[in-house]
Amino acid sequence: MSITEQESAEMKVVGTRISRPDGVDKVTGRARYGADLMLPGMLQGATLRSPHAHAKLISIDTSRAEALPGVKAVVTRDDFKDQPSEIVAAGELPVNYRDVVRNMMAREKVLYDGHPVAAVAATSMSVAKKALKLIQVEYEVLPHVINVVDAMKPGAPILDENLRTQGDESAPDTPTNISKRVQTGFGDVDAGFAAADIIVEREYDTEPVHQGYIEPQACVASYTEDGHAEIWVSTQGHFLIRSFTARLCGLDVSKLKVTPSEIGGGFGGKNNVYGEPIALALSRKAHRPVKMVMSRNEVFRATGPTSGANMKVKVGCTRDGKITAADAVLNYQAGAFPGSPVMQASMTAFACYALENVRVVGFDVVSNRPKVAAYRAPGAQVVAFGVESVMDEMAKKLNMDPVEFRLKNAAKEGVKASFGPTLGPVGLVECLEEIKSHPNYSVPLGPNQGRGVASGFWFNIGGETCVNMNLSEDGTVALMVGTPDIGGSRASMSMMAAEALGIDPKSVTVSVGDTNALGFNFLTAGSRTTFASGKATVEAAQKMILELRSRAAKIWDISVDAVVWEEGEARPASSNAGDFEPLTLAELAKKAPKTGGPIAGHAETNVQGAGPSYASQVADVEVDPETGQVKILRFTVAQDAGKAIHPSYVEGQYQGATAQGIGWALNEAYIYDENGRLENPNFLDYRVPVASDLPMIDSIIVEVPNPNHPYGVRGIGETSIIPVTAAIANAIESATGKRLLKLPMSPPEVLEAIEGNA
Amino acid sequence: MRYEAPDSLDAATELLSSEPGVSRILAGGTDLLVQMHAGMTEPDLIVDIKKIPDLRAIVAEDSGFRIGAAVTGAEMGEHRELKSAWPGVVEAVELIGSTQIQGRATPGGNLCNASPAADSVPAMVAAGATVTVVGTEGTREIPVQEICTGPGQTSLKKGEIVVSFKLPARPSRSGDAYLRMTPRTEMDIAVVGVGVNLTMDQEGNCIDARVAIGAVAPTVLLVPEAAAALIGTKVDESALAELASAASAACRPIDDKRGTKKYRIKVAGVLAKRAAKIAVERAGQSL
Amino acid sequence: MTKQHVTTSINGDEIEFLCETEQTLLDILRDELQFIGTKEGCGSGDCGACSVIVDGRLVCACLMLGVEAQGKKIETIEGIATKEELHPLQQKFIDHAALQCGFCTPGFLVASKALLEKNPNPTETEVRYWLAGNLCRCTGYDKIVRAVLDAAQEMRGASA
Repeated sequence: MSITEQESAEMKVVGTRISRPDGVDKVTGRARYGADLMLPGMLQGATLRSPHAHAKLISIDTSRAEALPGVKAVVTRDDFKDQPSEIVAAGELPVNYRDVVRNMMAREKVLYDGHPVAAVAATSMSVAKKALKLIQVEYEVLPHVINVVDAMKPGAPILDENLRTQGDESAPDTPTNISKRVQTGFGDVDAGFAAADIIVEREYDTEPVHQGYIEPQACVASYTEDGHAEIWVSTQGHFLIRSFTARLCGLDVSKLKVTPSEIGGGFGGKNNVYGEPIALALSRKAHRPVKMVMSRNEVFRATGPTSGANMKVKVGCTRDGKITAADAVLNYQAGAFPGSPVMQASMTAFACYALENVRVVGFDVVSNRPKVAAYRAPGAQVVAFGVESVMDEMAKKLNMDPVEFRLKNAAKEGVKASFGPTLGPVGLVECLEEIKSHPNYSVPLGPNQGRGVASGFWFNIGGETCVNMNLSEDGTVALMVGTPDIGGSRASMSMMAAEALGIDPKSVTVSVGDTNALGFNFLTAGSRTTFASGKATVEAAQKMILELRSRAAKIWDISVDAVVWEEGEARPASSNAGDFEPLTLAELAKKAPKTGGPIAGHAETNVQGAGPSYASQVADVEVDPETGQVKILRFTVAQDAGKAIHPSYVEGQYQGATAQGIGWALNEAYIYDENGRLENPNFLDYRVPVASDLPMIDSIIVEVPNPNHPYGVRGIGETSIIPVTAAIANAIESATGKRLLKLPMSPPEVLEAIEGNA
Repeated sequence: MRYEAPDSLDAATELLSSEPGVSRILAGGTDLLVQMHAGMTEPDLIVDIKKIPDLRAIVAEDSGFRIGAAVTGAEMGEHRELKSAWPGVVEAVELIGSTQIQGRATPGGNLCNASPAADSVPAMVAAGATVTVVGTEGTREIPVQEICTGPGQTSLKKGEIVVSFKLPARPSRSGDAYLRMTPRTEMDIAVVGVGVNLTMDQEGNCIDARVAIGAVAPTVLLVPEAAAALIGTKVDESALAELASAASAACRPIDDKRGTKKYRIKVAGVLAKRAAKIAVERAGQSL
Repeated sequence: MTKQHVTTSINGDEIEFLCETEQTLLDILRDELQFIGTKEGCGSGDCGACSVIVDGRLVCACLMLGVEAQGKKIETIEGIATKEELHPLQQKFIDHAALQCGFCTPGFLVASKALLEKNPNPTETEVRYWLAGNLCRCTGYDKIVRAVLDAAQEMRGASA
């Protein structure tokens, strides 16, 4: 837990480890999450889901369900207006309203096991479940396709007859499952390979994995007869829930108030609407509040995992270790509707390297699986498995230390990034140096043990942000932000507000406002919250300070320019300004009624200047040569935070991201049977890591400040998941001499590699 | 759905045999409630057997042990004498699920759920355990391996209840062990499970052995060929290699979401060797 | 549908409720009695978010029927702190930043309390295996394990 200290000139609060303000509520069970709201007259909603991977929806007869005593409403596709094709940003992935309405409730076809077909609201869950069994659905089962490579083949079952490949002029005007071709890069890749002494080219496959948040999706919707509605929901973005639900239910946006509950994990998976429009439609029919809570089975079958992919990665290098060209083809599965993170994957694939010749071609491919959702650094973690494995193999061929090889080719300030722009100050070199000098990198290894390193890059984002800061009459501060707090951001907001105001963070109370309380806020996603809401918070504090100075100036009857704000109080700028006792926040608050009324600060902005975050990691593993089981012995993460506002929660992000990456590397996967039904929709067979699977995860906070944030903050939530699968693959190779080309690297796969030919 | 919690075996067997619809026995509930939650079963009658005293006791008997079928895993783990005499059986029971599951799950439930991958069953079969089954027509005592007839299928007749397990008296220099392969360290279902129970003589020769393997066939298999590979040997490397081959040869697995045929066959042999080594070591300590 | 009448003790208070046979203890705690601190993450005993202590045993409330609570002593997350102060485990979870989203936290605290009552001086490995039935997707367990070990040390000091 070492921290690379930057000289944090006169910062008093930022960089300390305060107790989080919502801590007591969360350790006592008081905190209210999505399923924790109970309203008078509330009904239980339940969803009927397709048992088929691909079928025409011929007819739905709900009459018997409607006749069951206790059933108050039933909805199907007929209760939602069709939406025209219109692509909008939803979180980190673009979506098409035409698809959103179909994913929420199947229309012409069901496209995956678990696709919603109908929903009921009843006086109890047991009645609701009985009602679902009384709904009669006639399907015409169609051939299905699960695997991305199969879905791209000529003659594959087609999900959408209207789909044509965008971005590929050579694509025929015939139905396809390939929705899009993207290409990034620059230079002359062919010339680059011609100049190479060594070329490594490999093909990799990965399986879709789920975000695995412990809280299932949950909401309560309530529609009143005058056309107003409220939704209480566990989400990463309540403004997005509002806009999508209003659209799908045909409401004016301002008539729908969405209140975010506490959220039990998201990782990108709670960026979308699923049950919210259904619950609202049920409430509108039943004239009563409706609660919809997904079961774990529904979460796995019908909410977005991230893409699995097939990819080819090729890198050329001179004998002295300089990369001359990098090339990749990425086939990303999008699930039932277009919209995989293949663009992000293409852009990030080689972003850790300073390159002159680089090209990435990506394909977005639909198949009969749930529509993918964002997952922590969407797209980048998948392609990093291939790229960072190839880089390791290259270093071995060159007989170079893998960290040295990466340092020699590292992206740094002034380098044209592989995705286009020239990089500002970034911390990859610093991360690699930290790994090189960390004890983990030199611990002697025993028999069957191996060590692997890998790096990762993530952009991070800013986006639309609106915050309000109000001075209460006792001089304490109420801050309202519009980004749901998923991992402790109320602590970091209170710290940034306190730092800016020069007060104790305990004097700042932070809440997450509902959609009526603030202007539009983009989601808690893209590692943007501490950066963007934090930047807006500081801006709001600065505006409040300006008002506070003007109030002091009024009281003292001097010019506002003659008042400064220091250490939480207004002071005369110099002795020339006059001899006045400083006025504290409390004193100014008390005098506010007579100096002009309430004192507040606010910020409405589209925050720009997110600083990218790099990470490097080292993993030590031990492989059981007879069973293929991989044990993680040690794991060290170094990631650039720009500036850690609350170091404990920064470490927590690194550790949590790493643990997710370890699960991805070793065991997590969606398993389908021959009929396209998900075989492991539960936490027993979808194996996320448990406490006894993991070691302590050593976290090094590198701080190369982001010049575009008042305290230097970069987003930190995502990058550390990116390198993990490759770091472990490289460690397994180091232990066994065998290179795994497929995720997950489960015991049977590892044993097969050990015992296989070669 | 009716719930009854009788305090006698007679009442319990009567309830179960007279119910015209679907009846299910509730012990720890760690399988039954999961099946109910998933909609896989909707019993008309649930008979909770935990109030019947015979089912809840661990009793030392004829130098062996009688373990009530509704004793929890946690209770077995806390029973010093049992754990010291049959460490393999107890460790197998303790591998069933998490700490939370251990607070409820029972050996009777693990057996009667009839999963081929049940952890306690290979250890019980290797131990030569028998079960007492009581029904309206009387009581029978049968070997553990005769209860399960296939995945989810048992030889129990309507109204019959598994009351207790009998672990036999132990000769000196005996040891048992159970090992399983799971992708995670905990919270997992065996991809392969192997129980080994053996007795050594003073010269270090194996004079008796039983080997049972789980998750490699529709039911847990007792593998006499694997035992024969140990008996009469010093359980040296060549005997262990024979054991591994015999264990692997006995497997009749399927490919499923938890493992492949090839993997199960190979790892059955690996675990048999490892379990035998532990059993020998324990036999050495039980002089 | 005939409901059964059940009398039980929750966090020291005698409580009566009516229960359908198929309702689990978790359904009763959350939906009938509003003990919402006990969470549902899976409904099948795989995540530990609904951990409660019943007659001294750590169990998943989702794997026990409500009717089985008759005559039992149940402890939930709501009963861990005293009126005066947080339990040392609760305080250490806050001090160590051992929670991020906080959804799994009640289950971890109840499970950890059961551990320290049985084993006041656990090793890191013992903590990890005891808590293997509690899933956390945010923290990677590192800070949770540290918090439990630190609380154990403090509690041993206090009782010495």
